[in-house]
Amino acid sequence: MSSTDLQTHIGTPTEPHHQAHEHTHPSDWTYIKIAIFLAIVTAAEVATYIWDDWFEEAGTGVLIATLFPMMIVKFFVVCGWFMHLKYDNPLFRRIFVFGLVLAVLVYTAALTSMHVFADAV
Amino acid sequence: MTDVAVETSPTLEAEEHHGTSTGISNEKLAMWVFLGSDCLLFGALISTYLLVRHRSESGPEALRDPSHVFDIPFTSVSSFVLLMSSLTMALAVGAIHRGDVRRCQAFLATTALLGATFIGGQVYEFTAFYNEGLGFTTNLFGSAFYTLTGFHGVHVSVGIMFLMSLVVMSLKGNLGPDKAETVEIFGLYWHFVDIVWILIFTIVYLIP
Repeated sequence: MSSTDLQTHIGTPTEPHHQAHEHTHPSDWTYIKIAIFLAIVTAAEVATYIWDDWFEEAGTGVLIATLFPMMIVKFFVVCGWFMHLKYDNPLFRRIFVFGLVLAVLVYTAALTSMHVFADAV
Repeated sequence: MTDVAVETSPTLEAEEHHGTSTGISNEKLAMWVFLGSDCLLFGALISTYLLVRHRSESGPEALRDPSHVFDIPFTSVSSFVLLMSSLTMALAVGAIHRGDVRRCQAFLATTALLGATFIGGQVYEFTAFYNEGLGFTTNLFGSAFYTLTGFHGVHVSVGIMFLMSLVVMSLKGNLGPDKAETVEIFGLYWHFVDIVWILIFTIVYLIP
């Protein structure tokens, strides 16, 4: 595979590097808005501890169903905007997602085989 | 001759910027490969914690249940501090890309300070647990908890050392806009430490 083919394969932008950065970096105000959003979601997560009586009655399954989506949203917002995965070369995203998906699949399979989730809910 | 130069110009342009056949930075690529592999390390530690946290059979009864041990309000503040350090890191990366070295320096120092505050909180938390009788070898919960949060703490501490190095580099005038990618690559590491804590805070602390 020639270097030109390789570039096409990984989706390298054709514009010069510094120009690409000027277009792809969010503004400071965008970062601040994202941080405010993350702080609000974190506050919502902590609220589940404050109302723990209600969640205790509802069951651990309800608590997990409430907390996990918030955790996943925070995770991908930080990856997408702060780590620039949303804007950067797709190869970086593929490498990171490969490691992440591999970890999730391997350890979910391992924990399921040991009945961890059945015991928890 | 001119035709040849025109045909190969996209490749040459990319190689000129990073000196690689792919046109992307090898250093940045290496950091992403490292972060991808680190997902497996923390995945193993979190899984081990989930597996053993309710299976402690030794040590005092009160120290076998995580929900009796944790101080959630205190950890929530620590989590908020680490989350805000991600903001200051992102602002530092933005500042160096604009060529604003002084602002980048200030944000890097603030990030290091927030990271140190988080580590201070973790040391306080560990000390409080130890004084209550929860040591590393007290029970399975203690071993898994200290290993997981300790590994994360080591990552944060290494990050603080790198941040201080960058601040010293900038004070010596060695961190200009030409080193923007160095700051950006370190920023990736710091944000990764933050996303790992997002997982730990929910899975370890908030879910009983």
